[in-house]
Amino acid sequence: MSVKTTDTLVQRIGDRFKQALQESSDFRGDLSVVVEPAVVVDLARYLKADEGFDYLLYATAVDWPARDPRFTVVWEVRSLADKTRIRIKTTASMPDPHVPSLTSVWPAANWHERETWDLLGIRFDSHPDLRRILMPETWEGFPLRKDYVSFGEPVIFSDQKLEGLEPDAIRG
Amino acid sequence: MVKSDVAQEPYGPEHEPETEWMELNMGPHHPSTHGVLRVRLKLDGEIVRDADADIGYLHTGFEKSFEDKTYTQGITFSDRMDYLAPPINNVGFVSAVEKLIGVDVPPRAQAIRVIMMELARVSSHELWLGTTGLDLGVYSGFFYAWRDRDLALDLNEAYSGVRMMTSFTRVGGVAWDLPEGWLDQLQRFIDVMPGRIDDFESMLTDNPIWRQRTEGVGVISREDAIEAGVTGPVLRASGVDYDVRKAFPYCGYEQYDFEVPVGTNGDCYDRYRMRVAEMRQSLRILQQAVDNLPDGPWLTADRKVALPPRAELSKSMEAVIHHFRLVSEGFKGPVGDVYAFVESPRGELGFYLVSDGTNKPYRMKVRPPSFCNLQALKKLVQGVLVADVIAIMGSLDFILGDCDR
Repeated sequence: MSVKTTDTLVQRIGDRFKQALQESSDFRGDLSVVVEPAVVVDLARYLKADEGFDYLLYATAVDWPARDPRFTVVWEVRSLADKTRIRIKTTASMPDPHVPSLTSVWPAANWHERETWDLLGIRFDSHPDLRRILMPETWEGFPLRKDYVSFGEPVIFSDQKLEGLEPDAIRG
Repeated sequence: MVKSDVAQEPYGPEHEPETEWMELNMGPHHPSTHGVLRVRLKLDGEIVRDADADIGYLHTGFEKSFEDKTYTQGITFSDRMDYLAPPINNVGFVSAVEKLIGVDVPPRAQAIRVIMMELARVSSHELWLGTTGLDLGVYSGFFYAWRDRDLALDLNEAYSGVRMMTSFTRVGGVAWDLPEGWLDQLQRFIDVMPGRIDDFESMLTDNPIWRQRTEGVGVISREDAIEAGVTGPVLRASGVDYDVRKAFPYCGYEQYDFEVPVGTNGDCYDRYRMRVAEMRQSLRILQQAVDNLPDGPWLTADRKVALPPRAELSKSMEAVIHHFRLVSEGFKGPVGDVYAFVESPRGELGFYLVSDGTNKPYRMKVRPPSFCNLQALKKLVQGVLVADVIAIMGSLDFILGDCDR
């Protein structure tokens, strides 16, 4: 994975953002760029205004516990006119993973970023409404992190009390 | 005689007197939410000033579950998300895996996939017609819609043994060939449906009550629709000519002759028209698929991803080894990430698959069209009357199973 000079879009991004563009790849025809968190908003503004990427598809994150920084945050956008797509990636590290929000550029990112906060615990700075969306507001932990074990939720039956159940004991 | 001046008073949201705002919970168990959805409405009299959709009641953690299952096992999760168009989710999921590992799908399998997907589109839109009509007071339509949808489910059952959760795709093709007599049954469906859709249209399209409830209600402009990230018929009703089947053909959609209906007004009525027109186009695609169904295998011959035929197991040691490997641990994908997407009845359904080189997805993010469309609800309902919220929610055609995953 290296910056390909043949790809003109990546080249233009490289010219503009220089060292902030850390990596780019073209895997199975899917173009992605990895940039520093500091330039994500600038890159998004540039892609929307100058390259015509007007439609946000989704935002999410991937947890790589062994890596530092631990999280890869992903937004994917499309230009409806040119029928092209680009995946914007950046990284966030523990203990307080946070990246800039792209809601100011693509308002559709709102719920997708809330979901990413909800399930993976990535904070999006300057997000207008960063609340849990799928899990209950009182939920503890971030289910899609790799250290969160599946099927570990305590189940309270009618003859049991909450105090008697240690969630960690069940998760083993 | 005292003349009443009530009739002369201007009527409509803009003329309602200002009152103290009231918060009203719509749902979670409301008939028009089609699933479990709670919408917190802030009301100023009869006018909605703000709305906050509270989703997640049907969240089952499918994305997490995908990480625990091999690629083949994951297929059964995919159809349980959008339970009104399971075949389309099946195809969406396997196309992400196929894109990752680079498998070719035989033409017959692609045609079978197209048939199953278009059947699902017709049955999903039928159900939408029935339930949305029910929400807006067209009670009899519901029974007609259910009757017609059942024909499609009968075909699902005859092909896969299951009426809804078909799980009929495999990486590299489909699980079974079409059973004997199935194409005749499908032909009867194709022949009978246009008349049934005409019946529906005669009931609704020019019905003054239906038009009053839907025309000019929940309008979203082209620019706002793109900005809000809505997709599918909702996006097309606002005049954006975008359908994945045309823009990025998959499963051989480029070989079929069909049109993508595009609206102009972006209101509930246009969204209704889009779906009815799409049903007719789906029937066109079905007819072409039946007429030109290619012969040949329905599963790839690549034994690294697809099971060998049963007959080979008693003759070939190699087949036994492949069978054992595939059943016990599945196949591995290369390191990388791909995004594959299909056109579901609700819009673009995407699967973002991250692989770390093992036999399971490292991360599977689903881009559910219902989630994207429901996000626009807040914007759509501001300033409308409470009764119109029902029409708008119906016109967005969200499925909470798809939305919450």
